[in-house]
Amino acid sequence: MRLFLRLLFRNRLAGFGAVVLSVIVVLALVTPLLPLHPPNATDTANRFLRPLSEGHLLGTDHLGRDLLSRLLWGTRLSLAVGFAAAMIAAVIGATIGIVAGYAGGRTDNVTMRGVDMLMAFPYILLALAIVAALGPGLMNALIAVAVVNIPFFARNIRGVTVGLAHREFVDAARLSGMGHTRILLTEVLPNVVPVIVIAMSTTVGWMILETAGLSFLGLGSQPPQADLGSMLGEARGALITAPHTSIVPGVMILLIVMSINLLGDGVRDALDPRLRSGALARPMAATLVDRREPPPATPDDKSLLRIDGLRTEFRMGRRTAVAVGGVDLALAPGECVGLIGESGCGKSVAALSVMGLVASPPGVIAGGAVRLDGEDLVGAPYRRLRALRGNRVAYIFQDPLSTLHPLYTVGDQLAEAIRVHHPVSRGEAHARAVKLLEDVRIPNPASRAGAFPHELSGGMRQRVGIAMALANDPDIIIADEPTTALDVTVQAQVLKLLADLGRSRGLAILFITHDFGVVAQLCDRVAVMYAGRIVEEGPTAAVLTAPAHPYTARLIACVPELGGGRRRLEAIPGLPPAADDLPDGCAFAPRCAKVRPDCREGDVALEGTARKVRCLYPEPAERAAE
Amino acid sequence: MGAYILKRLVSAIPVLFGITVIVFLIMALIPGDPATAILGAYATPENVERLNRHLGLDRPLWQQYFVWVGNLVQGDFGRSFALNRPVLDEILDRFSATLVLAGTAFVLCALLGIVAGVVSAARQYGLADKAITAAVILGISVPSFFLGMMMILLFAVHLRWLPVSGMYSMFGGGDLPDLIRHLAMPAIALSLVATGVVARLTRANMLEVLRQDFIRTARAKGVHERRVIWGHALRAAMVSVIPILGLQAGFVLSGAVYIEIVFQWPGIGRMLVDAILKRDILLVQGGVVFVAACYVGFNILVDVAQAWLDPRIKT
Amino acid sequence: MTLALRTEGLACRFPIGKRLIGPPRAVLHAVHPTDLAVETGETLGIVGESGCGKSTLARMLVGLQPPTEGIVEIEGERLGRADPATFGRRIQYVFQDPVSSLNPRKTIRQILEVPLIRLHGMGRAARARRIAEIFDAVNLRPEFLDRYPHEFSGGQAQRIGIARALAANARILILDEPVSALDVSVQAQVLNLLADLKAEFGLTYLFISHDLAVVEAVSDRIAVLYFGAVVEQGPADRVFSAPRHPYTQLLAESAPKVGRALGGGTSGELPDPLSPPPGCAFASRCPRASDRCRREMPLLRVIDGEQLAACHHPL
Repeated sequence: MRLFLRLLFRNRLAGFGAVVLSVIVVLALVTPLLPLHPPNATDTANRFLRPLSEGHLLGTDHLGRDLLSRLLWGTRLSLAVGFAAAMIAAVIGATIGIVAGYAGGRTDNVTMRGVDMLMAFPYILLALAIVAALGPGLMNALIAVAVVNIPFFARNIRGVTVGLAHREFVDAARLSGMGHTRILLTEVLPNVVPVIVIAMSTTVGWMILETAGLSFLGLGSQPPQADLGSMLGEARGALITAPHTSIVPGVMILLIVMSINLLGDGVRDALDPRLRSGALARPMAATLVDRREPPPATPDDKSLLRIDGLRTEFRMGRRTAVAVGGVDLALAPGECVGLIGESGCGKSVAALSVMGLVASPPGVIAGGAVRLDGEDLVGAPYRRLRALRGNRVAYIFQDPLSTLHPLYTVGDQLAEAIRVHHPVSRGEAHARAVKLLEDVRIPNPASRAGAFPHELSGGMRQRVGIAMALANDPDIIIADEPTTALDVTVQAQVLKLLADLGRSRGLAILFITHDFGVVAQLCDRVAVMYAGRIVEEGPTAAVLTAPAHPYTARLIACVPELGGGRRRLEAIPGLPPAADDLPDGCAFAPRCAKVRPDCREGDVALEGTARKVRCLYPEPAERAAE
Repeated sequence: MGAYILKRLVSAIPVLFGITVIVFLIMALIPGDPATAILGAYATPENVERLNRHLGLDRPLWQQYFVWVGNLVQGDFGRSFALNRPVLDEILDRFSATLVLAGTAFVLCALLGIVAGVVSAARQYGLADKAITAAVILGISVPSFFLGMMMILLFAVHLRWLPVSGMYSMFGGGDLPDLIRHLAMPAIALSLVATGVVARLTRANMLEVLRQDFIRTARAKGVHERRVIWGHALRAAMVSVIPILGLQAGFVLSGAVYIEIVFQWPGIGRMLVDAILKRDILLVQGGVVFVAACYVGFNILVDVAQAWLDPRIKT
Repeated sequence: MTLALRTEGLACRFPIGKRLIGPPRAVLHAVHPTDLAVETGETLGIVGESGCGKSTLARMLVGLQPPTEGIVEIEGERLGRADPATFGRRIQYVFQDPVSSLNPRKTIRQILEVPLIRLHGMGRAARARRIAEIFDAVNLRPEFLDRYPHEFSGGQAQRIGIARALAANARILILDEPVSALDVSVQAQVLNLLADLKAEFGLTYLFISHDLAVVEAVSDRIAVLYFGAVVEQGPADRVFSAPRHPYTQLLAESAPKVGRALGGGTSGELPDPLSPPPGCAFASRCPRASDRCRREMPLLRVIDGEQLAACHHPL
């Protein structure tokens, strides 16, 4: 709760809304105690007095009634009716939604059909019909507005409930012996309440407007009693001669609704966990760069791509998480290098930093250089990066369903990749796209080019992903866990394809994975990452058979291998450190069995030439020499 | 696609049926009988009874319903006692005026709302975003009838740029420029709220889409940022924006009621409010069913547009 | 040895594209009639790729998915379509996604107390004692009890999931991909914990996974699922080292392994589940397939001692 309020008031607009609204609500509450003229006392001699007249702060209306008094009494009425309508709609609508969503099947079907039926009316028609039947009057307007808004709540809450009802904790509760009613009340409802609150806070303002609208039409509150809407309605006749009688209630409605809307937005933002983590910032076209100066270039460098001291951070408010804390890695033409590590070790972020594709905000490249043929790409203008992306350096991503655009055919997506970099006609691009699909061994490429991603299987989709990376004959392919989402048999097919294509076209591949088996089968060299840094690097066979860093050694030992039989695994105790709270010295020290006091002091350097290791006490050399 | 449209059309039949049931039941709630309302309080009981029989009100409710629906299907909406002319004629006259007003407002809100939403999302936290967000908050908080009145004060009374009210000038009007001059204020006042809603939801959906993996893929391909935003991202966001447009059409139709009153526009909303105040039941009944049916038809168009955009829906 | 769990002809079909009247458009055979038997104290591994029906099978075993036909017998008692609560005392489930299997709005203590109250009707003091005991068994610190699920890492959350299953005092656990969502270094911790608990409490496991090496490392016997049916079953040390079914062989060759060249077939995927082939589902990918395979569905039969395979031409 305290967190909620803090989050709410961090949003200045919401705070402003809250203040304005509380002033209005307090005024409305104390209205009967204030020394005001009676709201309905007419005094035709003093009609249409201007504001600031004596005894009438806001003037008088067409019957000489005091506008201030009528305004406050009207506000009181409008607020009460609006909130009441919102409460009724929320309670009834949410109940319908929760029950329908949890029950599912026929109950759900029948209920939601009925709700859809109500939604088939433009809302005011239904409200007008209800008022027509019940007769004009404030109470009837309230009922009409509540009824009209029930479908909105029912639908909204049902959607959320359906999602919750299929969550695993509901299954777990059933297995723990809970009945349906109890699950609904203790497991589902607490998770739905925030959604109800959000839905209410964003619609109360709207409902106040609607009731005011019905009164404005003369269908709500009846004279002499007045809410803000009917005040405005009565004043309309004298709009030109005495505009203040219209402006006063109108501005009040505007203030109320606006403050509620501002507050409602704040409530929504504070309750929505996705917004809480600040994840709703849109990533920019290229990662932000905040670097003092590039590290010096390596003289007579023959590598195609050289990453030098790369440092990528996530800056979230006051917290800074160092995802990549100084990575050096080189890629020679035609070489396949594996970058291996557990989730959160920074391997993907390092790979995405190469072409400035780290989501930013919150990502920032804070140091280092990425040199392609000697040209530093960190901080290069967007135009330059764009010219290289997909052209000389192409990416293949993990989940092919989410990484392909769902609404374009795969042929169009391939053709686009070509046309972005080559001025060829549509027909020509399409023909090339079909050829690419053939290259990645997709059967019937010409007809598959017209398919949408959801019409293909996972393996086929990843082939499309590979075809797209190959579209412009790049020099380098960066493959970010391209087979992790696939089944083993399909994974084997895709890996084989990638290996064949890489070899036949002389591609340099940077292959990011967490699987030692894949690295062993595919890569010439491998670099092992832990907590944002490379801890060991060398020829694949050497690293895997004789790991020098204790982390590599223990990681290999705790992965079961097929054919090893039934056995106990060598687990690594503890967890990897959080990226915003790295320990001093060696990051692996807290989990290392061989740790000594000096491991925890000062930075440990990555040392060696062909075999590099970042450890003060590497595994014995005789084992490494084997 | 043809099969999908057919399926959608068929599925509209029960909805239309439901609409007539709901409207009929609501109207059946009305206390007292229409005959008395028509003939006035001083009518003789015999006359009332004769009229009731003539109107079929002595039969059971469900029979009355089927007689009414049967007539509706044949285009017989009954006769308005207050106006003394066939309900359908009156509805068609009035609805065309509403269509001009609401249609213009809808096109305005769709275009402006989407453009504002996209710009706002693309420049998140920038100056344009802040300006648009502020305008949107103001737009969705101001009652359209109040806005209309203020516009009349400013543009018609003070500046004398535009006519105060009506659809055509009393004398010498009737051509298109005249219509546009009369249409400008009500259409803008009507579209403002809906524009705000469309803009803010477009912005939210764009922000959601821009975080998706396929946007990163497009950027990794080297697609120009302009095309990433207005092509890849907007197209994906439209999947969620189109249903919102469908809902907004309902809001625009609803708002038209207020605007027609404020600007004395001879539309169906004003007709309905007058009919309710005069307790002209048949006119209310017929008007509500007619507009609701048109709205159902419009929503079919929305669904078809949606299916055309998103190939995943048809399967 | 007694049987902890037995199924006979257990099958599940889902109707696809339900209509209001008449039969559904198609029927999806999620699980073909399956016979399984797990002895007390044994670990049966179930291996299969996505869409092979392994999760549906597991959910039927605990009563979360009512079977279309067949028998489930747990510790000698038939529990066909009983309530999950009846199952819950004897058999429990550990879910794949440790975080989503814990209600985000409840503390760990509240979550663990539910089975103690609902299934065993324990008093407050007894509950506190039992929870402390279980929490110690899964190597978690007692102060975690009053925290909320989002404060835990995946590995810790999975320990809590295991603790909940233990709290129900069931002697059989269905482990549905319990370590797939975890990183390898944490995965080993959880696998070792499971082994310790098994020894300590004399548990019986049904271990479901897509990772062959993990299954091989923990299981006594292994059943291989393909397209909703068991295609091979046998002792853990034989199934992958000397497979009898060509699919098992393909799986074993496809698994990436240090010191072996890239293996596996070059093409072929699952058949369309809505129009399954009449014969063996693997025939289209199988190098040994004959006409008979395409015509006639092979049944699971003993090939050699304890090794069973559903193949006309076993290896």
